[in-house]
Amino acid sequence: MIAAIMPSTAVKPALETPLNAIDCDVHPNVPNLRALIPYMEPYWRDSIVDRGIDAIDSASYPPNSPLTARADWRDADKRVATRVEDVQKHVFDGLGADIAILNSLYGVQLVLNEDMARAFTRALNDWVRAEWLDRDPRLRASIILPMHNVEHAVDELERCAGDHRFVQAMMLVGGETPLGRRHYWPIYERLEKLGLPLGVHAGSSYRNPVTSLGWPSYYMEDYTAQAQGFQSQLTSLITEGVFAHCPGLKVVLMESGVTWLPGFMWRLQKFWRGLRFETPWVDRPPMDIVRDNVRLTMQPLDAPDDPEIVARLIDHFNSDDMLLFASDYPHWQFDGAAAMPAGISAALARKIKVDNPLATYPRLRETTA
Amino acid sequence: MTRESLHPDPERATNRLCVIDCDIHPKTSMEDLKPFMARHWWDTLDTFGARPRHGFASGFPYPKAQPQAARRDSWPPSGGLPGSDLKFMRDQLLDFYDLDYGIMNFLSPTGQGFQNSDLSVAMAYAANEAARVRWTGPEKRLKASIVVPYEDGEESAKEITRLAGMPDYVQVQMLSRTSELAGKKRYWPIYEAASAHGLPVSFHVFGYSGWPSTSGGWASYYIEEMAEHCTSCQSLLASLVIEGVFERFPRLKVVLIEAGFAWLPALAYRLDRNWLRLRAETPHLKRRPSEYIREHVFVTTQPMEEPEKPEHLMDVLDWIGFDRILFATDYPHWDFDDPRHALPAALTPSQRRMILSENARKLYGFP
Amino acid sequence: MARHVVAASSEIAPGDRKLVDAGGRAIVIFNLGGEFFALANRCPHQAGELHKGKLCGLVRSPEPGVYEYTREGEMIRCPWHSWEFDVRTGKSWCDPARIRTRRYDVKVEHGADLVEGPYVAETFKVAIENDYLVIDV
Ligand code: FES
Repeated sequence: MIAAIMPSTAVKPALETPLNAIDCDVHPNVPNLRALIPYMEPYWRDSIVDRGIDAIDSASYPPNSPLTARADWRDADKRVATRVEDVQKHVFDGLGADIAILNSLYGVQLVLNEDMARAFTRALNDWVRAEWLDRDPRLRASIILPMHNVEHAVDELERCAGDHRFVQAMMLVGGETPLGRRHYWPIYERLEKLGLPLGVHAGSSYRNPVTSLGWPSYYMEDYTAQAQGFQSQLTSLITEGVFAHCPGLKVVLMESGVTWLPGFMWRLQKFWRGLRFETPWVDRPPMDIVRDNVRLTMQPLDAPDDPEIVARLIDHFNSDDMLLFASDYPHWQFDGAAAMPAGISAALARKIKVDNPLATYPRLRETTA
Repeated sequence: MTRESLHPDPERATNRLCVIDCDIHPKTSMEDLKPFMARHWWDTLDTFGARPRHGFASGFPYPKAQPQAARRDSWPPSGGLPGSDLKFMRDQLLDFYDLDYGIMNFLSPTGQGFQNSDLSVAMAYAANEAARVRWTGPEKRLKASIVVPYEDGEESAKEITRLAGMPDYVQVQMLSRTSELAGKKRYWPIYEAASAHGLPVSFHVFGYSGWPSTSGGWASYYIEEMAEHCTSCQSLLASLVIEGVFERFPRLKVVLIEAGFAWLPALAYRLDRNWLRLRAETPHLKRRPSEYIREHVFVTTQPMEEPEKPEHLMDVLDWIGFDRILFATDYPHWDFDDPRHALPAALTPSQRRMILSENARKLYGFP
Repeated sequence: MARHVVAASSEIAPGDRKLVDAGGRAIVIFNLGGEFFALANRCPHQAGELHKGKLCGLVRSPEPGVYEYTREGEMIRCPWHSWEFDVRTGKSWCDPARIRTRRYDVKVEHGADLVEGPYVAETFKVAIENDYLVIDV
């Protein structure tokens, strides 16, 4: 019997000073599967040992790849972001964030046996709660959803949602079927009721090749292709009518650039004008839907260093509300402490760092008002 | 019919503005191909069907929004399918807009991407022969793309070499949805032959890769398929760059047709960033990805992206480079762009001229 | 403003449309079950000719998966990019406030009344026993 996660007593942290920055995308690393054993039921605990299951790391982030961890954030033994102290040192102290949202990318969503996937995902969420959230009041987290069984996903959501340090639920951009499909809607209905955004993060469960033209040769293609995955999934969420059905649902697109969005929407919106009869529930311009319902974390930005071009790229959004500050720690997206790219005005930077995250995540407001 | 001024501001339109249309779809019929195919192959088609990489014996996985995906005014009065009647094409396109040249891309029947690669080889040959008989012979303004059975790289190279000397053919035509990413070695003989003969390689959107239409599985709607063309073209282009195709074939020019272009700067920035971090994996790349793209890649305009603020499109054109952009109508398809109305009003006369004709004139070597 | 006699009303059957010329303007007249409506023939997008478009119903949806199909034959889809225009108002479906094609008043008048009045009927003879369509431009 898996216990529901009860509201934590640590839910009222001392954050009385004005906030400096809310880091919306930080990745705690599970050092190895054994770390989750204390959080598993006996059958799965023994299965891991008896079957010699020792690694479920995702190929989306090869552990030694330079992008997976910035060199100066790794320890001498190459370990990175496996303990609360790492985030304290590099995100809170190093980058000046005062709240961080933890999004675990451990490979639980790749597991093909749906019962095993559920067991591992539960253990992961409990591990994040016990080993991270309980250890620093500035930490928040996403509930990782076991996505290839919708009932399991809803159950996990219900089980964890009582703890308000979980501020959103998260799935990967590369799944088995497009995220707008109606069989997923029980998850979205529940999220909307709970006021929890849906986080969609780079990464794949590898049920499909990472491109619509098959498997690439290089990891660089895999990582690059995540942005195309987001374009497809955003199209699916819009055209299938998720936002018509759940108008209050916020979706946060995480870690695949932001500059693709305006140009992609121009194309989709143009087609919508002539093809809207095919999906008549999309009854307003897709870009309006996106501005109301979709947010993006801002690392990586996918822009050149030229601040003027950055400013123009941001101007293409016709909105100051859509970007959320994120370091993507420990992934290597920038050097030094320059998480906020040059070319973004001070006023907009303030919105991105604090106001937009607070507006996106209602549960952050509970503890920071 | 009267010709209106091609310039939106007649005051400034002192001279005739030349247009080269880089994407016309003439409809060649199966009957046109038959004289050039062995009996076995049309019997095969007749008995077992075409068998592209999808499940429909006829029709498409994503039904179009209008019959033949055609402009509703493009059905020839003589009967037949849109694009099948040269006289009507002259009335509606070639003479109406007074085109200097029109580049033809053949979509079907061509056999491209069929599961049976030998059938593709036979049909590509026939489609290329029929192109001369039906189109480039009778109409000198029309130029053909060489249809290649691209899943068989060696046979494609042979077909390129067979036709490359003839003035009727000005480029090599692939579809965007190849069964593997376009940078893979199996397609290199195509790039080798094309660049040896100085022919650009075009990727026209569509085709069926056999893989789900998105990396997250099969999409449901035609509008998704249409939107998806630009995502698959991003993966296609990333593959060409990262596999080192431009390093290997330094004279190769690539034309991306009907995928739009507003996505290109963001992709180039993304590739550059990723390359800086991940370059240890691809030592064969000597330059930034964006440099290969700037040097080797052209895009056609149609379907023109239409931003909320038109000036935003000017940013994008500027970032891509005004010399890399080729005008296309996509006649007779429904998402046709009219050369009088599609381009942003803010273009200078010289930018407009580059996009409407001069870039294509240079690329294809037209007088 | 001039009034133009552009067609005999019997020329356009219910469900049909006809392109007419009114003082040099290309105008398309629709007959919706006996009511006549006139729109500028030029699509405000890229100038597709609306009289060559497809008349369809209006599909709306109160909820994904539910298709409410009403007003059959009252929306004209541009022959090019398929933007929908309401035949009764000229307004586009996708952006009714900003994208619309000009709508003209069209009246049915008796030939007997027309032979007297200050009307322009450039292209054909008016017979007193017939009804005619008259457009103000
Ligand atoms: S010209 Fe009418 S919809 Fe484009």
